[in-house]
Amino acid sequence: MTAPSGGAGQRWIGRSVRRVEDARLLTGRGTYIDDHPPVGNLFHAAIVRSPHAHARILGYDLEAARALPGVVGVITGADVARHSKPFSVGVTAPVHYYCAATDKARFVGEPVAVVVARSRYVAEDAAELVQVRYEPLPAVVDPERALEPDAPVLHETVGTNLANNRRLVYGDPDRAFRDAEVVLKERFRFPKYGSTPIETYGVIARWDALDGVCTVWSNFMGPFIMHPLTARVLGLPENRLRFIVPPDIGGSFGIKSLIYPYIALVALASKLTGVAVKWIEDRREHLLASSTGTDRVAYRELAARKDGTVLGMRFKWLDNVGGYIRSPEPGCSFRPTGNFVGPYRFQHLEVDASTVMTNKCLTGPNRGYACGHLYFETEGMMDRLAATLGLDPVEVRRRNLIPAGAFPYRTPTGGLYDSGDYPAALDKAVQLARYDELRREQARARAAGRYFGVGVALAVDPSVSNMGYVATALDPQFRAKPEYLPKSGAVDSATVKVDPLGRVLAILATTPQGQGHQTIVAQIVADELGSVPEDVTVVDEMDTFTRVWSISSGTYSSRFGSVGTSAVALAARKLKAKLVAYAAHLMDLPPDSLEFRDGAVRPKRGKGPSYSVKDLAGRAHWNTESLPAGMEPGLQATAVFGFDVARAVDAEDRVNSSNTYGFIAEIMAVEVDPETAAIRILRYVTVHDAGTIINPMIAEGQIYGGALHGLGGALYEELQYDEDGQCLTATFMDYLVPTACEAPTIEIAHVVSPSPLTPLGSKGLGESSSMTVPAVVANAVSDALAPLGIRITELPITPSKLHAMIQKARKT
Amino acid sequence: MADLVSVRLRVNGVEREGRCEPRKLLVDFLREDLGLTGTHVGCEHGICGACTILLDGQAARSCIMLAVQADGAELMTVEGLAKDGKLHPLQEAFREHHGLQCGFCTPGMLMTALDLLRTNPAPSDAEIREGISAVLCRCTGYQGILNAVRAAARAPGGDR
Repeated sequence: MTAPSGGAGQRWIGRSVRRVEDARLLTGRGTYIDDHPPVGNLFHAAIVRSPHAHARILGYDLEAARALPGVVGVITGADVARHSKPFSVGVTAPVHYYCAATDKARFVGEPVAVVVARSRYVAEDAAELVQVRYEPLPAVVDPERALEPDAPVLHETVGTNLANNRRLVYGDPDRAFRDAEVVLKERFRFPKYGSTPIETYGVIARWDALDGVCTVWSNFMGPFIMHPLTARVLGLPENRLRFIVPPDIGGSFGIKSLIYPYIALVALASKLTGVAVKWIEDRREHLLASSTGTDRVAYRELAARKDGTVLGMRFKWLDNVGGYIRSPEPGCSFRPTGNFVGPYRFQHLEVDASTVMTNKCLTGPNRGYACGHLYFETEGMMDRLAATLGLDPVEVRRRNLIPAGAFPYRTPTGGLYDSGDYPAALDKAVQLARYDELRREQARARAAGRYFGVGVALAVDPSVSNMGYVATALDPQFRAKPEYLPKSGAVDSATVKVDPLGRVLAILATTPQGQGHQTIVAQIVADELGSVPEDVTVVDEMDTFTRVWSISSGTYSSRFGSVGTSAVALAARKLKAKLVAYAAHLMDLPPDSLEFRDGAVRPKRGKGPSYSVKDLAGRAHWNTESLPAGMEPGLQATAVFGFDVARAVDAEDRVNSSNTYGFIAEIMAVEVDPETAAIRILRYVTVHDAGTIINPMIAEGQIYGGALHGLGGALYEELQYDEDGQCLTATFMDYLVPTACEAPTIEIAHVVSPSPLTPLGSKGLGESSSMTVPAVVANAVSDALAPLGIRITELPITPSKLHAMIQKARKT
Repeated sequence: MADLVSVRLRVNGVEREGRCEPRKLLVDFLREDLGLTGTHVGCEHGICGACTILLDGQAARSCIMLAVQADGAELMTVEGLAKDGKLHPLQEAFREHHGLQCGFCTPGMLMTALDLLRTNPAPSDAEIREGISAVLCRCTGYQGILNAVRAAARAPGGDR
């Protein structure tokens, strides 16, 4: 940490301040959900799960399990059906999704019963004694096969495996394709993978029958919409369901937003057994039945002129959401609605988005929610356009970029890109990568018979989802009904308090999972109040009973860097305004002659008496008589920040699906060994524009981590299933998480276009390169193997798949 | 339930004793019976490395061995790294180089890195990568960890 030398104008924002979180986490004193029981006399749950991908449940035999000493109860799907409701889903198809299987199991690992016992060991013993009688049914795992007329149907009430379909039309895509000089078509497949946080899910629930309150401690990254959804399922008013999050969460990356069905299940187990119940997921359960991103089959079409100008695109998507469509799906299709066009100027687009249910684990947000898919396809198409026209991939992109002077820029799909300079960021990536040199090296390598490739990928990086996007899944006619209530918003709150000795406490309603919120907030408050980060205590530890929160609150969608930091800055500024008004009263001066500067209220001009924060705090707490008439006693301010650009989806399906939009430009050089199909990353450059960077060290940590998630999806990670729906990757032996040996060296640079929408100019950065790396790797490998005519259209690019492609290409 | 057995061991220099079922995992014994919750459980099948401790001076996975197997052993866990309120040079380096985000893999990563530096006090970058590949981290992309271990190797006492 570099300490500022003191004095006016020194700012903590922009410095790589060391994290306040680290001391406890490095010494084993972190407090994760499994570490310290928040209530005494806890009992432990083990979940019985379906071994079948698709089976009717005929009955349960529970005698042996119940007879085991230490067991206090066994809850089955029948109890779940009797005592809870199905969760609301984001589509109109009548999908009945309960927190455990009630009639049929629809994927391997779906909960069918819960055992509650004195210890986890006993609970697991008893779980093995639970007998569930099944009638196995044929399974289907491929989204295209699932839509064939003779495919097994998962939900009889729906009658088809198609959970939803929307055809969205922006501009006049038919005309764009009629006018085109070049039309390109391609099919892509994106794999099912998830970020598998090293800490698994954990839930502790205590249902108090007497006061009617259910308290749930969990490593949930919400509460957002899942709190009201869960309250409704449990038949509780929202002010009787209390969610508390421990100080530390062991990673999430979107995955822990899908813990809510387990919150309902464990809460129900507590209600029915009358004891406080704890459940910690094990790794096998996590890989079988937590959450992943969707696997997708995409058909892409691109219309362009011969000069490389893109006129329009068509997207046809089949997103596979597994056994049930679970909220916030089908965000897998619509989360990026506002940035469907990415960084490009074209105005005509058709999107045909189908959400398909098959006998696989359910899906939800995974780092880069749906953007990894989007840019893998779009950037693949841009490279095909370059190749078709004989243009350089950088040049074809330059010709289509939204120019720097066009911001704020309204996209044809309703997005409002707040700021940016995309050509400058691309230029920076080209320089940093020494792109021309890489191309010369490629020419030499090819002449020598080596397979050397250079990939480019660009992305608009959306942060802070506007929850209004979810309604894009619904038909505009449905949304036009008078009883339909529109949705919009992206809100966060913060409170800043000054104690009687002038020390500052900031209280957040966030649920950080490693992003260093305490450090960032200490930096912001120190700057605003003219103090030092060490003197600011920051409390996150979300509690829905005590924190100020709203329906979109939570730590997801790269929110904190944009909306959370804004709430903190505004709360501090509110407090400063009060300090000025108070000091003006004490000095008997007009408030506009004073200002808050360097930790004290001082005259705007000239010398004169000043009041420090400590002085004012002491008076405000100890002597309320000294306050002006009408001023609230004490010294605290709460701010709730929301974006007024977060609007509901309009009748033409346009929606500003995020609130701030960053930019990413990446270049990667690889060499492929044609004998082993090994891919060696030789250079990887990533340039980000996330507006104002508050802590460069933390920002770069997010980029490194995001990039490795993208690399996992590009080369290693896939939840694989056989044709019967059995998961083949239910351990870390089979599901390949990249290790330090696979992590590439990354060169990072920033371009800074402050957001005009946030008080600090900052944007989100948390998902970052997870959304570009699948594209840049695929493009680099395709470029390397272009002499063999190989183009990567499916991920992950495993050695066995690539080896087969190379062998086949060499034979023909 | 089987009869309880007694397990005596030395953890971070302190004699500890507990009674548990013979089937109890060492990591559960450390966390539940001895209250040492710094050691974490990430996979329970010996791959993720979050539960790594030093057992008689060598890195070991506490999730795939039983507490009874550690009877009489000398253990070191993450709680034993800092001395007299001062962070170990490895911990300092992790803090300085942003070698952790969520902190969940960190205890296993620290113990693995300590084992590496004790056996190889001046590792190359490739050797550091190989050494810490025994622990999975999903937050950092490993860059900060690599930098931290490299720095700790150069710091006095990094391998103590």
